[in-house]
Amino acid sequence: MNNILILPMAIPILTGIILMFLRPYLRLQRWLSLLSVSVTAGISLYILNLIQREGILRLDFGGWLPPYGILFVADSFSVLLVLTASIVAMVCLFYAFFSIGKAHEKMFFYPFVHLLLAGVNGSFLTGDLFNLFVCFEVMLLASYALISLGGTKIQLKESIKYVVINVLSSSFFLIAVAYLYGAVGTLNLAHLSERIAEAGQNPLLTTISILFLIVFSLKAGLLLYFWLPGSYSAPPTAVAALFGALLTKVGIYAFFRIFTLLFYHEPSITHTLIGMMAGLTLIGGSIGAIAYNDIRYIVSYNVVIAIGFILVGLAVATPASMEGAIYYLIHDMIVKALLFLLAGTMISLTGTAKIDSERMSGLIRNYPLLGWLFFIVILSLTGIPPLSGFIGKVLVGQGAVEAGSYILLGLAFLSSIFVLYSLLRIFINCFWGETILSKEDEVPLRKSWMIPCVILSAATFGIGIGAEALSPYIHDAANILMNPDLYIDAVLNE
Amino acid sequence: METLITILSGVLVTVAVYLLLSKKIIQVILGTAILSHAVHLLLLTMGGLKIGSAPILGEKTETYTDALPQALILTAIVISFAVTAFILVLAYRTYQTTKTDNLEVLRGSDDE
Repeated sequence: MNNILILPMAIPILTGIILMFLRPYLRLQRWLSLLSVSVTAGISLYILNLIQREGILRLDFGGWLPPYGILFVADSFSVLLVLTASIVAMVCLFYAFFSIGKAHEKMFFYPFVHLLLAGVNGSFLTGDLFNLFVCFEVMLLASYALISLGGTKIQLKESIKYVVINVLSSSFFLIAVAYLYGAVGTLNLAHLSERIAEAGQNPLLTTISILFLIVFSLKAGLLLYFWLPGSYSAPPTAVAALFGALLTKVGIYAFFRIFTLLFYHEPSITHTLIGMMAGLTLIGGSIGAIAYNDIRYIVSYNVVIAIGFILVGLAVATPASMEGAIYYLIHDMIVKALLFLLAGTMISLTGTAKIDSERMSGLIRNYPLLGWLFFIVILSLTGIPPLSGFIGKVLVGQGAVEAGSYILLGLAFLSSIFVLYSLLRIFINCFWGETILSKEDEVPLRKSWMIPCVILSAATFGIGIGAEALSPYIHDAANILMNPDLYIDAVLNE
Repeated sequence: METLITILSGVLVTVAVYLLLSKKIIQVILGTAILSHAVHLLLLTMGGLKIGSAPILGEKTETYTDALPQALILTAIVISFAVTAFILVLAYRTYQTTKTDNLEVLRGSDDE
């Protein structure tokens, strides 16, 4: 029993509720939300180190022992993601303080961000399938509000599609839960894993697993990503950065949890399917990233490519590729937030989202820091050594070679070239070339917009250079994913 | 009894799919609402529609009804209720701003 496990979800929820009553006091709202998110990050760092000493932790709500009650389970994988999510949320909040505008702040922007974070952290920590559904819904409801907040025409058009597609996928989620409950009669993840292993994952259970595959593909944007670029390019920068960094990653987390803990007995069916879908996602994302002229769309398609890449790690399923996928997941949360923030800053400075040398050109003379940060993002996303993308790419590649999936290997690394090309196109068109903004017309770049970007760039350097310090945690996380018995033992046999 | 309820939820899914594929926003929303009803029925049926007493210790019966699916659909109903309320407001606002409720017109993104 470790009551501290509830805090990463409870603190954001309580802060969200308190902030609703502090609507007129904007300054107080900002300070409180920054405080609460940093406390959440600190606590998750503490839990992460606690796990290294004491093994997987769990909290049984109300003292109901598993498999009867609902519980939170914290292993290295989930807490690493909770920590990264809290840090990214903190940085995005900081950016929002100076960019989101009074209208948003007065319409409960901060409470919604906290509820979103609560849903995200809850999904990472829960050890119960139905509870996972509920946390997903908490996160999605907050995201519905955030995406439509502001009510511009384009936002409303995109949010109606976003909401409908997510309502539909939630229904599928419930159907899958119902079938699984009907088939094995439990909802506790560890207990499910045990019962599925006893039943030997017969064809019926494999079919149910494919239903889960469809649900999480819709949520994570694996192959079924058609809704993603539109809805991620509609909301304001800080919100888009939160979405790009956090939302799809929860779907990816669910993929890893379900397909390493529950349905790992028939990899020739499920993991092959995930591999094929990941390959197609890489191809589709690459085509999308180079097809558009709109910076927001290019950036959104880069999210899609990363999803494909991470799931190659799951499809291959060797210890090395799992470690690589976890590294890349953490890297991607940080760098995608940075990419969205930089792209949003460029758009708000120049007033256009088109790559078009008539309207946006030679920005590096006007805003050198912005240009260099963008350059760092390009290097990091492509996987150039001292930065954080490198280790993930190498380990996933190593895993793919070990497993002999050369097609996935080829696609995964080809996609890096497309990432490089799509971002260099922005860089060359917008930062190089003739400077069209004279010193007088130049919109001043506020320092407070650059601070969050600098923090995130420092983080990508830090993860890249300090990979050695991070590796025990990642190794432990991958170890638990590869050996479901460790998780089951920690939950059921204590 | 289970078979009947399963067929009923199948019929509801059919209706929901028909509505979801139509062009008016309001019909799509009704489609999602009906789909959630179908799913809730399915969830209830999957636990088995037994005739027994409430699962409380001390009741003098042989058979107990599984209470978990009922707890699950209660949660699911509340969630779908909230989402439907939200999406209705969103659709009304979209209609006010874009002056159309036709999804064919709302598709794609206008470039400028």
